[in-house]
Amino acid sequence: MSQRIVVDPVTRIEGHLRIEAVVENGVIKDAYSAGTMVRGIEKILKGRDPRDAWAFTERVCGVCTTVHALASCRAVEDALKITVPKNAELIRNLMFCAQYVQDHVVHFYHLHALDWVDVVSMLKADPAATSKLAQSISSWPKSSPGHFAAVQQRLKQYVESGQLGIFANGYWGHKAYKLPPEANLMAVSHYLDALEWQKDIVRIHTVFGGKNPHPNYLVGGMPCSLNLEELGAINTERLGLVASLVKEAITFVEQVYVPDLLTIATFYKDWAAIGGGLDNYLCYGDLPTRGYNDPSSFLLPRGAILDRNLNEVHDVNPRDSEEIKEYISHSWYQYGAGDTAGLHPWKGETEFHYTGPQPPYEQLDVEGKYSWLKTPRWKDHPMEVGPLARMLVAYAKGNTDVKELVGAVLKQLNVPITALFSTLGRTAARGVETQLVAHWMQGFLDDLLANIKAGDTRTFTSEKWEPETWPKEAEGVGMSEAPRGALAHWIRIQDAKIENYQLVVPSTWNASPRDAKGQRSSYEAALIGTPVADINQPVEILRTVHSFDPCLACAVHLYDPEGRQLNMVRFE
Amino acid sequence: MAAPGKSVWQTMREKGYSRREFLQFCSAAAAAAGVGTSGKAAVVKVFEKKARPPVVWLHFQECTCCSESFIRASHPIVADALLDVLSLDYTQTLQAAAGQQAEKCLQDTLRAYDGKYILLVEGSVPTKENGVYCTIAGRTALQILEEAAKGAAAVLAWGNCASYGCIQGASPNPTGATPIHKLISKPVINVPGCPPIADVMMSVVTHILLFGKIPELDGQGRPREFYGRRVHDTCYRRPYYDAGMFVETFDDERARKGYCLYKMGCRGPVTYNACGVTKWNQGVSYPIQSGHGCIGCSENGFWDRGPFYRHLSSFPGFGVESTADSVGLALGAGVAVGVTAHAVTTNIRKRSLISENQEESVTNREPEEDQKVPR
Repeated sequence: MSQRIVVDPVTRIEGHLRIEAVVENGVIKDAYSAGTMVRGIEKILKGRDPRDAWAFTERVCGVCTTVHALASCRAVEDALKITVPKNAELIRNLMFCAQYVQDHVVHFYHLHALDWVDVVSMLKADPAATSKLAQSISSWPKSSPGHFAAVQQRLKQYVESGQLGIFANGYWGHKAYKLPPEANLMAVSHYLDALEWQKDIVRIHTVFGGKNPHPNYLVGGMPCSLNLEELGAINTERLGLVASLVKEAITFVEQVYVPDLLTIATFYKDWAAIGGGLDNYLCYGDLPTRGYNDPSSFLLPRGAILDRNLNEVHDVNPRDSEEIKEYISHSWYQYGAGDTAGLHPWKGETEFHYTGPQPPYEQLDVEGKYSWLKTPRWKDHPMEVGPLARMLVAYAKGNTDVKELVGAVLKQLNVPITALFSTLGRTAARGVETQLVAHWMQGFLDDLLANIKAGDTRTFTSEKWEPETWPKEAEGVGMSEAPRGALAHWIRIQDAKIENYQLVVPSTWNASPRDAKGQRSSYEAALIGTPVADINQPVEILRTVHSFDPCLACAVHLYDPEGRQLNMVRFE
Repeated sequence: MAAPGKSVWQTMREKGYSRREFLQFCSAAAAAAGVGTSGKAAVVKVFEKKARPPVVWLHFQECTCCSESFIRASHPIVADALLDVLSLDYTQTLQAAAGQQAEKCLQDTLRAYDGKYILLVEGSVPTKENGVYCTIAGRTALQILEEAAKGAAAVLAWGNCASYGCIQGASPNPTGATPIHKLISKPVINVPGCPPIADVMMSVVTHILLFGKIPELDGQGRPREFYGRRVHDTCYRRPYYDAGMFVETFDDERARKGYCLYKMGCRGPVTYNACGVTKWNQGVSYPIQSGHGCIGCSENGFWDRGPFYRHLSSFPGFGVESTADSVGLALGAGVAVGVTAHAVTTNIRKRSLISENQEESVTNREPEEDQKVPR
């Protein structure tokens, strides 16, 4: 018997996502992923000063704050042929790493963990046994029986108050939850620890960018100055604060996040065979060590993998109009060339065209258009982006750090490398990546200190700051790897103003609807084959969807109603 | 269910239940919570205590930076707020439940605490095309807002989106993004900023809970406690402004000494926010301290007052700027006489100008066309 499940809103994500799934005999046979909110930021960008674009695009997402600002600065710098000073690149890398570590930890504990951790079960845990478990996997100091007893007592009172707040109506007691009460208690305790810690790590952004969320960036470098002789600049005290935060981040990741992840994973190894989805993976790469224009120096390499073939990594060129195209066959937009055409972002042509049901509605018309997300393709292949794609590309390219750490995790879980192509593999890859990035962050700080010591304190180049120095027309691409995957901004500048601005973001790759050929994107593909024990409590859907770390505000900003012909029109 | 501020026992007593019936209720609750009879004593104790005030957090057209900012609060930290201070019954960012179970959380709270819950709104509401630009569980943002606002004891607009429409409301506002105070008849407490400062957000909520009333608001619905001063007037770089010592380009010698960023486009002189005093992320810094001008993110319509790096040569009621420019240009570093002269002139005029500008900002709900900086 076939049944239709609707999960709307998908919670513990950024933005507004709706999943409709067809379940037959307890297994998902088909799935539809819909973004249900749109803002139109690209249209708003038209006619503005390109140097302001980072601030506008940063507001595309407040969860993965900074990543759009970085991609935007790079797009403008690419168009205007600006090379930023070494210190600016190092500071950007430090902020990038801080964002990854914070975002991945928050994703694991606050957005994903409750799919695996039963909060009510922890009330039955023995605090002494929990302490023993915690101390057997980590040297994290907050692991005494007294500590766990206090956490348990606090949560007990909370549950008994009858006001369950954020834990109300969870799928507690569902048979898909497999952790013993002690592991649940440990995880909930660390949920609270992580919630407290995450507010500290972001202070790296505050030091260099003045605030978080949404720190400040700058085309041509970074706005903060380095000056060891001044109070009003980044001085020894500021760098000392960053150093202590980096150290705390490494400790938290290695003593809390990674041990918890691996412990929880051992109880859910069946999920290493569920949720694999697509066979193709794409990364633009990031963390330059010899400048953004030398991708061979990136710690996270660029490349694409097809058919899960780790013996071959394909080159990727987002400037090539044949490589990256966006489709709108099932998206609420229309193209002049018809619904089956695909367009490169520099020639992006978009017009709102809502054909869905009038709200309030029960079901979307999934045979027609059903999402505010467009559907991007690389050489017409659907591609998965994100931590798993990054780790696979780095692994396939022979990055020794990645090979070593991935190998150790697979060995500890006693699973083959093919286990990575799964819901569990995606979640594990994010942990592996966090550990690497935390250490790389230390490396970038060391490099920054060494560079200052060597007498270089420049953080900005003013050479191309004034619009008088710009060509009449220019176009650029800014690429990055957001925590959720490959991110790129395409800009066209004319007469010192933005003529066209397009973003293709990670969740557009992963969460988009089908393309013109009917090929599914990542979420829809990964949900097929996912078991659903109780259609009224589809916790399994959340597991697979959350393993991608959905971020929908990013994905649904595309809007350019005048289309290609009217790209010449100015919005004053 | 208990009314906010009252314990379950108080509520039941008022409804005529006996102590014996209350204890029977506790036994049933203990069993339902899985703590058995041994847990009954604890249940009795808890039910005799005050209920945590229920809070509903709605998400519309936003980027979730307000939620992210909220969880950066340090006093109290958000874990303490969630477990001890309030009951966050609906928030798509953090709640365990999804889909119909999540929507049930919302409906349960609206019904059980009618007239008593606090409504927090993150994001603007699209009004064009019958609201199809933002739907949740098949309903439009407007339908959800209207339903949730009806029984709310207080309504807070988080951030610039809910307060003013923010970026999606910037020209040409493709989706008809609308701030919530224009859509509901109740008074709305606006807590602007992109995002607002974490501890400001937490403090506005705790103000209501601690003192049992909404904080004093200005003409734009902003709590005076945090939005009563311009960033300019609380800025530690203000002496450089008064002295006419300005950064001329990023990372120049003056930037490296921490001079005033006014000429780099700083909007501190037209922006009301707590940045200069409360600062960000546990007092670490704020944009100006880290070398970038204020972009005015807590002001109505700030996105359309760019470009951000074009300095404010004039703005309503503020007359010293041309003086500041000419003095700044004429001054070499260390022309002590010039510095003193300008400082004196400025200081004499400053006091009245500050009050004028406060009035200006409070009375102007919408930016006038002629105030917008052309781009």
